[in-house]
Amino acid sequence: MTAIPKTIRAGFDPNAARADFEVFAKPVYGKPLIYLDSAASAQKPKQVLDRMRDFAATDYANVHRGVHYLSAQATDAYEAARRTVQKFLNAKHEDEIVFTKGGTEAINLVSYSYLAPRIQAGDEIVLSVMEHHSNIVPWHFLRERQGAVLRWVDVRDDGSLDVEALDAAITSKTKLVAITHMSNVLGTVTLLKEIVARAHAKGVPVLADGAQGAVHESVDVQALDIDFYTITGHKLYGPTGIGALYGKRAHLKAMRPFNGGGEMIREVTRETVTYADPPARFEAGTPPIIESVGLAAAIGYMTSFDREAVRAHERDLLTYAREAVREFNWLRVIGDAPGKGAILSFETEGMHAHDVATILDREGVAVRAGHHCAQPLMERFGVASTSRASFAMYNTRADVDALVAALAKARKILS
Amino acid sequence: MMDDSLRELYQDVILDHSRHPRHFGPLEGATNTAEGHNPLCGDRVKINLIVDASGRIADIRFEGRGCAISQASASMMTDMVAGRTVAEAEKLMGGFLHLVKGEDAADLTGGDRERLDVMAGVSAFPMRVKCATLAWHTMKSALEGGAGAAKTE
Repeated sequence: MTAIPKTIRAGFDPNAARADFEVFAKPVYGKPLIYLDSAASAQKPKQVLDRMRDFAATDYANVHRGVHYLSAQATDAYEAARRTVQKFLNAKHEDEIVFTKGGTEAINLVSYSYLAPRIQAGDEIVLSVMEHHSNIVPWHFLRERQGAVLRWVDVRDDGSLDVEALDAAITSKTKLVAITHMSNVLGTVTLLKEIVARAHAKGVPVLADGAQGAVHESVDVQALDIDFYTITGHKLYGPTGIGALYGKRAHLKAMRPFNGGGEMIREVTRETVTYADPPARFEAGTPPIIESVGLAAAIGYMTSFDREAVRAHERDLLTYAREAVREFNWLRVIGDAPGKGAILSFETEGMHAHDVATILDREGVAVRAGHHCAQPLMERFGVASTSRASFAMYNTRADVDALVAALAKARKILS
Repeated sequence: MMDDSLRELYQDVILDHSRHPRHFGPLEGATNTAEGHNPLCGDRVKINLIVDASGRIADIRFEGRGCAISQASASMMTDMVAGRTVAEAEKLMGGFLHLVKGEDAADLTGGDRERLDVMAGVSAFPMRVKCATLAWHTMKSALEGGAGAAKTE
């Protein structure tokens, strides 16, 4: 059994979904919360919190160890969560899903266990300038330690990715293409299917960072034919402390372990150790059991809605906000790629992003200000930092109106 | 109606300093230099000083970009420490840190307390204290002759 519901609610009513998120009942500075920072971390619906609490209260024990009743219950729930993720990403086999503590760990796992043994000095890794640091630093490690070369693919001025330029960057020395599915700053959604086809034509595997993409786009790893895809629970309306790596079975089977410890072994003697098959090989130690159940509940929650309708709602908010900020001639939107996801990053002339965010905050409007863990992208656009409003299923046009009013107020105070 | 703490934070004096920073730019013949970096926002500041033989700060300038709070703080700091001895500047820094963290700033005396009072509003914004202290930590690094960049952490 997985948490994916059999029936889907028709249409989408953001106000009904909003009622599932208790955070909106609590004012900030005496004002209603306008939460526009879901790209950093999403709020959690009560369905997720209730499920985690109930599981921890009555069905919890360690997994894969005890022969007792509760251990069997917990193991079933943990493995059911794996099947929920499998179905969510449409992976062919459940053993292609490795639980990690988040998206960052999933990418690091690929870096250490898949790519490091294959890298000779001078080998290349192709990545875009809009990657999050989590999809940059693990590859810098291979540059520092093994002499790998990072080949950067630029984005166009509108934030879109030129697939031809990416293709041209893939050479006989390329060992991996590591690319975001959706930029956490620009909102750009990459054409993964096309990218995978181009890379595979040259025999190069592809990893996609799905931290944002899996939230807003439907993912089918088989249709994409992608080699690795990573997700993180807390952006999927689930708990922190859990994420997952999808890896093609053949890749995972050929990979050496990353962490050593309990649960990941076949046999340990004084002289030798042999390892369990994937995914257990990569899940040393007691895993995030309660969080796995929470992640499954979150995926169940998300997929109980018509995801196309949710997507259309989020795009509507983006379009509405994009149009509304045109009245501010001191505001420059960064990232206008066709088909982009519901993220609006902008620079404000003469006003630093942190000052803007502080004033918005006192209006109850939560946005992110800073470099968004994407410093190469900030450099590309010649800014030190930006403000970012990101939209989720629980946001409404009224939230956008509040954002626009708060921006006007910030302008008034700071200029 | 504007939130009182916001009015307190973004007073005219702060906005004036941030828009028209004093002592801004490079400094020829600097004897002490340090660069500071706020990893939270990516802002950077560079402090150049000339400390004379008697241990007095003969000149000080800053470069870099940042938010209104960090720019105003750097501008006011350079204004206030120029002409003082290194020991006096460090004492002033101690008082300033107390002030922006909302602690007892009894070590700030007379005119110093009065001039820095505009920065006291920062204490109501814990996430912004690092913005206010960056230039001061960087100055301290420069005075100590540290080669590394100052961080606000």
